[in-house]
Parts: sequence; C-alpha cells; structure tokens
Amino acid sequence: MNKKNKLIWNVSLIVALLVLLFVLEQVMPSGSMLFTVLKKGAIYALVAVSMNLLNGFTGLFSLGQAGFMLLGAYTYAILTIPPESRASVYQYYDGGIIQFAIPVPLALIAGGLIAAGFAFLIGLPVLRLKSDYLAIATLGFAEIIRAVFQWDKLGPLTNGSNLLRSFPTFQSVLYPFIVSGICIALIVMLINSTYGRAFKAIRDDEIAAEAMGINLAHHKRLAFVISSFFAGVSGGLLAMYQTTIQASMFKSAMTYEILLIVVIGGIGSVTGSCISSFLFIACSEWWLRFLDNENFYIGSFHVPLLRAGFRKVVFAVVIMAMVLFYRQGIMGTKEFSVEALQNLFRKIFLRKSVKKAGDTHES
Amino acid sequence: MSHEKKETDTVLKLENLTMQFGGVIAVDNVSLEVGKGEILSLIGPNGAGKTTAFNMVTGVYAPTNGAIYYKGEKIVQNTPQGRMKKLYQGENADLYAGKRVIAPTPDKITKLGIARTFQNIRLFKSQTVFENILIAKHMRRTSNLFTATFRLNAKEEAQMRQESEELLRIMELEDVRDELATSLPYGKQRHLEIARALATKPELLLLDEPAAGMNPQETLELTQFIGRIRGEFGLTIFMIEHHMDLVMEISDRIHVLDFGKSIAEGKPDEVRNDPRVIEAYLGGAQDE
Repeated sequence: MNKKNKLIWNVSLIVALLVLLFVLEQVMPSGSMLFTVLKKGAIYALVAVSMNLLNGFTGLFSLGQAGFMLLGAYTYAILTIPPESRASVYQYYDGGIIQFAIPVPLALIAGGLIAAGFAFLIGLPVLRLKSDYLAIATLGFAEIIRAVFQWDKLGPLTNGSNLLRSFPTFQSVLYPFIVSGICIALIVMLINSTYGRAFKAIRDDEIAAEAMGINLAHHKRLAFVISSFFAGVSGGLLAMYQTTIQASMFKSAMTYEILLIVVIGGIGSVTGSCISSFLFIACSEWWLRFLDNENFYIGSFHVPLLRAGFRKVVFAVVIMAMVLFYRQGIMGTKEFSVEALQNLFRKIFLRKSVKKAGDTHES
Repeated sequence: MSHEKKETDTVLKLENLTMQFGGVIAVDNVSLEVGKGEILSLIGPNGAGKTTAFNMVTGVYAPTNGAIYYKGEKIVQNTPQGRMKKLYQGENADLYAGKRVIAPTPDKITKLGIARTFQNIRLFKSQTVFENILIAKHMRRTSNLFTATFRLNAKEEAQMRQESEELLRIMELEDVRDELATSLPYGKQRHLEIARALATKPELLLLDEPAAGMNPQETLELTQFIGRIRGEFGLTIFMIEHHMDLVMEISDRIHVLDFGKSIAEGKPDEVRNDPRVIEAYLGGAQDE
C-alpha cells in the first residue's frame, strides 16, 4: 500500500469515527453510560499515550503523571472561571486574586505549559536518577504538589482544599476526542521523527546511545517535558469532564490507573494505550457495575458475594491475571494500522485457501 | 605553519594518562600517539587497563590525571581532586594542577569525530538493522524538535535515510536490512556495530576487541574488512585486540600495556621480539 493510499484510509477512518460519534450523540439519550466512557476514555487515552512516550519509548520509569495532570487541571480551572462567578467560588478568599478569564483552548495550552515548566525544573535534579529511583522521586513530586495545592495560604490562587467549579465544560463528546486526537497525533509524529528514534535508542541502550552522539541529559529532559505537557493538557480536559476539581482527586492511585492502562495496552504501543484506555474505563465505570448490585438475580438465582465495592475486587483479579499471564499487553510494541489489519485478513484468508488446497491434494 | 604540521598529523594523543579507582591504579601514566591513517593496536594481558584507557578517550571516565588531545586540540584534562588528592599514588601529581578541568560526556566526544564499538556488542535491540544505523545519523542533524516533528526537515530526513542505505550497501548488510539487529549472527552483529559507528562520520574509530568470540574464519574476514574500511573511509583506527594473528597482520604499530603501564611500543616485528612483551604476554603464545 503506498503512502497516499494509507493517508486516505487513515483520514477516512478518522472522519468515519467522528461522524459515528456525532450520530450516536443525536440518537442516544445523553445520560447514557456510553458517553461517560467515551469522554473519560478519550482523556485517559491522551494521558496514557503521554506516559507511554516516557515509560515505553524513552525508558524513563516516571510516576508523576497525576501531579502534572493536577497542574494542568488547576491552571485550566483558575484561568477560565468567569470573573462574575469568582466571588462565589472563592468565597473564603475574597474572590481570589485572579480577576480575568481566557478562552478555553488557550487555557488548555497554558495548563500544558505550566506542567511542562514544572517538569523542566523537577527534571534538572531528578532525571539523573535511573529506573526505580526516578519512579520514587517523581511519585514524591506528585504527592508534594497535591499537598501544596491544598495549602490554605495559597487559597487566593488555588482555593485551598475547596472545590474549583463554574468553569466552562464541554457538552459534546466530540470535544475531548478532537483535542486528544490532535495531541496524540502530535506525539505520534514526534515518535516517528529523528527525535523519536533517539528516544528509542536511549530506551534500548543508554551507553550505546550516548556513544552514538545522543546527548542523554538533553533528550531525557525533552521527553519528560513533552510528556508532562500533554499530561497537563489532559488534566485540563479532565477538569472539563468532571466539572469540578479538587486537589485530593489527583492521588497516586490515579497514576497507577494510567500505568495499568499503559501496561495492558502494551508498553511502547500508542494504539495499544488508546484501546486499553477505553477498555479500562468501560470496565471500571460500566461493564463491571452490576457486581456492585447486591440484589442481582440470574433467573431466580441470587448471585452471592455481590455487594458495593465487589467490582473493585474482580477488577483487581482481572488485572493481576493480565499482568501474570499476558505481560506483553494487548498490542505489545506493535501498532494498529490499516495495513496490519489488511495483512491479518490476508493471512487468515490465505491460510484457509492453502489449507483447502492441501485438503484437495490429500483426497 | 610548517612546524605545526606534525601536530595535525597526530590524530590522537594521550599524555601522562592515569586512572585510579580507589587504591587501584588501572592505567598508570600512559602516553601514546596515533598518527593519521594509522592502525594502532593496544594489547596486554587481561586487566592491563586497555578498556579503561578506551573509556577515558571516549568520555565514559574522566581520567584521574593527564590530558588527551584530538587533532592537536585538548579535549580531556584532569588533575587529582578532592579525596583523590590524598589518595593519589600515580606520577606527575602536580603536572596539571591548577589547569582547567575538561571532562566532556561521550556524546560530545563522538561529535568531534571519534566513534567506538564495544567489547560486548551493544546494538539497539528492538530496532532493525537499518534503524540502528539511522539512529546514529541523529547526531549530525540540523533540525530541531519543532521542524523534526512537523517534517519540515523532510530533505534532511531523506538524506539521512539515503546515506544509511548507502552505508548498508558498502557494509554488505543490505540483505538483512529489515531484520532485528539481535537476530543477526554474531559476526554480522560486529559488522553492524562498526557500520553504526561509521554512520556518525568519524575520522578516528576505536574498536574494543572487534574479534572477541569469533572463529578463525570470521577473524580473517574481519581483518580484511577493517583494512578495507580504513581505506574507503579514510579512517584512523585505534583498537584493542587479543587475537595475535589479527593484530600482527593489520597493525602499523602496537602499544603494549601491563598492569596499567606502557611496557613497549613499536612495529609488530619489534614488539614480537621485545623480551619484556614476551615475558608479560606473548610468552605463552609463542610456545604454541
């Protein structure tokens, strides 16, 4: 398949997806669980891909994602609350210190930039560390950020431990899809560029990469800052989705969820992260919900054990099984593409026809 | 200007180089020069400090004392510092005192035009043969993050790819272009590692035991191969090697280390007959 054909295929697939979403939105009731999953899934897909850029493609095991999302979410919220609602939101802090609002897209980008700026500063000392040590240091950073944002001395800016609300949110499911889509496309373009190749070289063998003239400190910092930028943007989107935010939401458990998505999707696969993010959100928010229902009957049989919170037990077991027996994840390091799908069909079809040919020979 | 000509004829110069780890002196006051277009082999028994000397040239270690020049320009310099001031047991302790410390990272050294291979092959495992070479082209890029992401460097990218293809052809690795680097047979992996080093467009190539683990047939091929690339790429080669057949056949000069100290230097025949070298290293080999 040539380049032009591939482009046409991909573009038409994306358009088809958007049209499908648009139609679904017109047809289905807006309270449907499907939309929750689609919206949250799209946001998590972005943050999972950004984490994959760092953990999967550059080989830097960082657990600071929740912290950078928090920075993005707060920046977004603080910059977009309309001045007229500030008095009621910041009721304990005399309406806060910021008395203006900027357009939503700008605020999302600002969220990314703030996260990236913090990543740059944190990266200076932290990126000298390797593997587990880096993970612990970044996790510590995320926890510190969360605590600092709840500090009441910063109240005029962050509203202390109180909710931030009244900022613009999105109505259509298309919004997070388009924003995430653009961001993921940017990440993919980066990964396929000469810089992406350098990142992969660092992942495969740091010493060899350095001997090939790749400046380790510079490239690691780049990957860290870019990953944090997109984590910040997704934090902004998450704020839009949640409609209210609070620093206590961004616990380390959130980072682990994202890490799980990356692992399940396949470390080093962008499409894997996207697919698994939708699956993960669908399972945790929707498909396994019935497990929380104590009065669940199949026919007249009362299913035992079910009670509030049982969903999480089952979910944990599923994930453990996944990590134990299916370590490669859904995609491994491969990518989903029209070409691969075509090859797969061709293979199945050819194998069948070869088999048939073999059968006739034998008979 | 004519008096400087000698300087530029020397590609690499190690000067009073000492490396001390704790109380152990791994390389002890070694000085040597590698001339342009020359193949200089560094030999010596196990633990003589050959790889340590290499690691100092390539910036993996900063030497404890001494200086390194590349094409007449000082690229590495250090003097015992901190705790090492008291611990230092080597010579010339005060020779570089008070002078500027120069300790570049390996990527800076590579950028100057010094490429290397490793004793235990270090290829990019998850990448194909072609990608392994393409990655080495990253260093000579002119694009930045923005232009690379948005493919504004398409021309450069195309050139990088074309040069890599060319290199594959010269190195006779075309037929395995799209195979994973680690799936190649051992000898080919060595070739690929050398090809990757050449992709950074070096003038000086450092080979760390290129024939390690090779059978006589492969060693013979490698000997011819090294001779060939020296001519084709106009290289100066500085290598560590244990296979005496290879060393004696190909080297212009040989430098011998024993317990970190230089014990001999000269043409292969001179070194072969040097009593100190025979005692330290070749004695066993000559008995065969």
